[in-house]
Amino acid sequence: MLQEYKTSCLFTVFLETDSAARLVSFLPFLKFLLKSAGHERSLTQLKFNAEGDLLISCSKDHVINVWYSHNGERLGTYDGNNGTVWTVDIDSESRFLVSGSADNTLRLWNVATGKCLYTWEFPTAVKRVAFNEDDTKVVCITEQRMGYQCAIRVFDINREGDGTNQSEEPLYFFNPIGSKATVCAFTLMKDIIITGHESGKVALFNVKTGEEIENNERAHSDHVTDLQLSKDRTYCVTSSKDKLARIHDIKTLMVIKTYTTETPLNSAALAPTRPYVLLGGGQEAMNVTTTSIRQGKFETRFWHKVYEEEVGRVKGHFGPINTIAVHPAGTCYASGGEDGFVRVHHFDDSYFKAQPYGAVDIED
Amino acid sequence: MASIDEGIDYSDIEAKYQVHYEDSLDNTLVIDNVPVIDKSKQEKLLARICKEISRKGVPAKPEDIYMPWNDATGKSHGFLFIEFRNADDANLALAAMHLHPFDAKHTFKVNRFTDIERYEKMDESYVEPEIEEYTPREHLRGWLADAQGRDQYVTYRGEDVEIHWHGKPSQSELAMKPDWKDFLYVAWSPLGTYVATLHRQGVRLWGGPSWKPQQRFAHPLVKLIDFSPCEQYLVTWSNDAIVVPDGAPQGPQYLSPDDEGNNIAVWDIKSGHLLRTFSAVNDSDATRKQMQWPALKWSPDDKYVARVTPGQMISVHELPSMYLHGKKSLKIEGVVDFEWCPLGDKDRDDAEKDAQAASNGGAAAAAKSGKKARENMLVYWTPEVVNQPARVTLLGFPSRAILRQKNLFNVTECKLYWQNQADFLCVKVDRHTKTKKSIFCNLEIFRVREKDYPVEVVELKDTVTDFSWEPKGERFAIVSSSDPNLGNAGPGITVKTDISFYQLDHGKNDFKLLRTLSNRTSNAIRWSPRGRHVVLATVGSSSKSELEFWDLDFNLDDVGQTRANQDWGSGIQLLGTADHYALTDVEWDPSGRYLATSASSWTHTLENGYAIWDFRGQEITKLILDRFKQFIWRPRPRTLLTKEQQRQVRKNLKEYSRTFDEEDAAEESNVSAELIALRKRLVDEWNAWRIRTKSEYFGDAAARARSSPDVHSEEKEEIEVWVEELIDQVEEVL
Repeated sequence: MLQEYKTSCLFTVFLETDSAARLVSFLPFLKFLLKSAGHERSLTQLKFNAEGDLLISCSKDHVINVWYSHNGERLGTYDGNNGTVWTVDIDSESRFLVSGSADNTLRLWNVATGKCLYTWEFPTAVKRVAFNEDDTKVVCITEQRMGYQCAIRVFDINREGDGTNQSEEPLYFFNPIGSKATVCAFTLMKDIIITGHESGKVALFNVKTGEEIENNERAHSDHVTDLQLSKDRTYCVTSSKDKLARIHDIKTLMVIKTYTTETPLNSAALAPTRPYVLLGGGQEAMNVTTTSIRQGKFETRFWHKVYEEEVGRVKGHFGPINTIAVHPAGTCYASGGEDGFVRVHHFDDSYFKAQPYGAVDIED
Repeated sequence: MASIDEGIDYSDIEAKYQVHYEDSLDNTLVIDNVPVIDKSKQEKLLARICKEISRKGVPAKPEDIYMPWNDATGKSHGFLFIEFRNADDANLALAAMHLHPFDAKHTFKVNRFTDIERYEKMDESYVEPEIEEYTPREHLRGWLADAQGRDQYVTYRGEDVEIHWHGKPSQSELAMKPDWKDFLYVAWSPLGTYVATLHRQGVRLWGGPSWKPQQRFAHPLVKLIDFSPCEQYLVTWSNDAIVVPDGAPQGPQYLSPDDEGNNIAVWDIKSGHLLRTFSAVNDSDATRKQMQWPALKWSPDDKYVARVTPGQMISVHELPSMYLHGKKSLKIEGVVDFEWCPLGDKDRDDAEKDAQAASNGGAAAAAKSGKKARENMLVYWTPEVVNQPARVTLLGFPSRAILRQKNLFNVTECKLYWQNQADFLCVKVDRHTKTKKSIFCNLEIFRVREKDYPVEVVELKDTVTDFSWEPKGERFAIVSSSDPNLGNAGPGITVKTDISFYQLDHGKNDFKLLRTLSNRTSNAIRWSPRGRHVVLATVGSSSKSELEFWDLDFNLDDVGQTRANQDWGSGIQLLGTADHYALTDVEWDPSGRYLATSASSWTHTLENGYAIWDFRGQEITKLILDRFKQFIWRPRPRTLLTKEQQRQVRKNLKEYSRTFDEEDAAEESNVSAELIALRKRLVDEWNAWRIRTKSEYFGDAAARARSSPDVHSEEKEEIEVWVEELIDQVEEVL
């Protein structure tokens, strides 16, 4: 049931000029759009593999899909989950895939065959998974529910053999104190992960000891909804229900940049090679039926990473955007919405050439 | 523990929490001129006094009375002290019992105990009152002297009022952020001199460069206000009838007990005095229909104020006495509504000349000039009653001479629209067909400047929902609609409308259609105060919010040029379109250069805020602010330049514009230089931080390697993709 929809279209993009805030040009920097409806329910997370040729999507309809990112053809599915799949991650060799689901399992899949290699079971749902840099460990966050506390576990991934021989017990296990963690990722520092919390806190934990070694309680004032690392894992961008997205220094957790929007944000991604941040969000899912598309603000927003100014928007979704992922080479991006669609937009030449505020060298 | 307690001084805490006993003597009265009695009659006398006081509604007991005795004579002194439950009771008793005739010989004299004490201790020696040093008041129209000729506007958001300057980007700055608290809304006076805030206690006026309080009007729970056109008077209205509590301050500035039960008050702005109050409820009619506001309509010269008693009469009051003019109202059977004729620039000039001539003492001079100022005029309409057609009447005032009357038939409703220079009057007549099933519209246009007031009729098939004259012009615009949804507004319903422009054809002396823009959703017409430009807006719709900026003289370089030799209606040109989501208000600035649109949280809570556009529809500012309520431009008074000076300015426009262009250019480079500097700083900071973090993680060498892209750039793969597209397949049977 592959649906494919191609069109070459121009997007209206608002660009701020040097003199004043006004619309000066229509910048058609996206040349090709692809909309995939392989899901029947809202998307939860999107991931590109390291080369960017594959796009993994997971949704509330229990299925994980893998797509060719250049044309939107569906390569296959990973079946077996018995509940909303909240999260996925793929290793750098595109060999293993991990997924976390509301059926209280963490699963390891063979990317090429679609076979489930191993299943870990927990008392509560898995909300977030992430590989470390050399693909040897996986961190997972489980939900705080039914008397169980929010837990963070780190598993060793045995990359020998076919991958079915995994240890059942986690390498490390701890319960973060205070507000529950919602998102996490490995940092470059050994055994240290960065987490975003429901209270808006961003913190660094040593997974070995479970010790909170650094935190910024006021990073956000509401639920942190997404955390994505820069390519070199030295800084990260977080999005939050408090309508802000922020770039943090991963070591000191100092807020480097803040992007203030007028809608709750569900996802934030960094565009490699270009100084942009992509933000997505919109009205809460429960309020969507009572708001029009215009009000809902269901657009992907492009913000200038350094100047903290909005440079463009891309419309398309009929509901809030839940997740955004950018191609590792920065040539396209994908957004997944509450409407069940994955949209892949390819950037055209002008996107790479545009110098919105004059030619300057900006470090990636 | 005890040792800790010692040495701590609790006196401040004790003082703070000490129970205050009722120790004032405010509840005690002294009654004088009581019959002098001996002890035997004491009980009887006290009982009777208590009875009399109680009869006035204040409980009093003999135990609360203390009567001093003259021990030498064994008789009383003829006065006594009486204590009441509280000061309010004492006040009531004071009012009731003072000068109360107790019997034929004795009339009570009642005083507060505290008063006696105070007056006794009064210092008798005369003290020269200190003369307050004269402090010059700020000039109330100081903002007009702004070097850059900027306009001001006021915004009200949440609990904050801000007054801004509006000019070039670098000159648009906050003028004042006053800390006015707890009020309903703000309003400018019509010439921009004052800004009024409506508080629970009444209205306050503020003005001058530092926005000091200028005047206040104590009308409790005031909800609506209306200034007279020349800013001399103010009308206030409150939903609650006036109640004057006992002990309320008295004076010309305050409501007196005579005003109780009324809703409308008229005030003199300069003195702050209350002139008169009116009751808003005329009869049962008023409860049925929505109240009209302004309830009192001012003549444009502030000389008269009139109000209509629907169905009966128009009452005209003279200012400043507020007496009924000629001691009687204009009795007009069935009158529904009326409007004063505004003063055009020409009328003002004439009036000034008249005044000058009169001051020179020569009535002859005025006669010689040939132009006498036109009398005030008002127009009213009466609906059809049995055997009598509906009628629109133009009336001179104060002569009360009927200048023109026009009979109308099958009338459902009339609306009266004066052109702002009083050249034309349009009566929009909503007429029904014989079956009363459908409604159509006639525009009856009176040419007021011409002899015998000729009337022109423009007949239209559709319902006209809005009408608007071009200020200082000979054109008008209407919004008409044949949409079946018209009238039953609901969520998601946007009524389709047509906008038509009409212009006076000088050849034939009638109004001819210039152009119709069909199939719009616009429902509001906003002419620029200088004419020529007009904005069509869709207001109050949840799905449409378009703004269209039109120029009606696009082909003309100068407005003064003749229009004769060009095609009819060819000068109408769309300059731009814009969109302000969910806008509720559209307002031109007084200069006609900028337009402000706002979405107020009083109407809805979606994307509240405001935007400022130039006359071409280019966005200049847009701010989305939650809890945003109000945006109002500060009005400007009429120009002080004479006709001659204005002509001079127009003539030298090229020179002026050169300097303006230079200023603009300087401005632009200034702003962009600042911005570029800021951006450079941001980039430098970012790059510095990036290099620092990279070197922390990867060492200096790695950082250098990573920062230079050519070393690290990935090899690119060339992939050739063949795309075969099957366009059409035809199978032919051979």
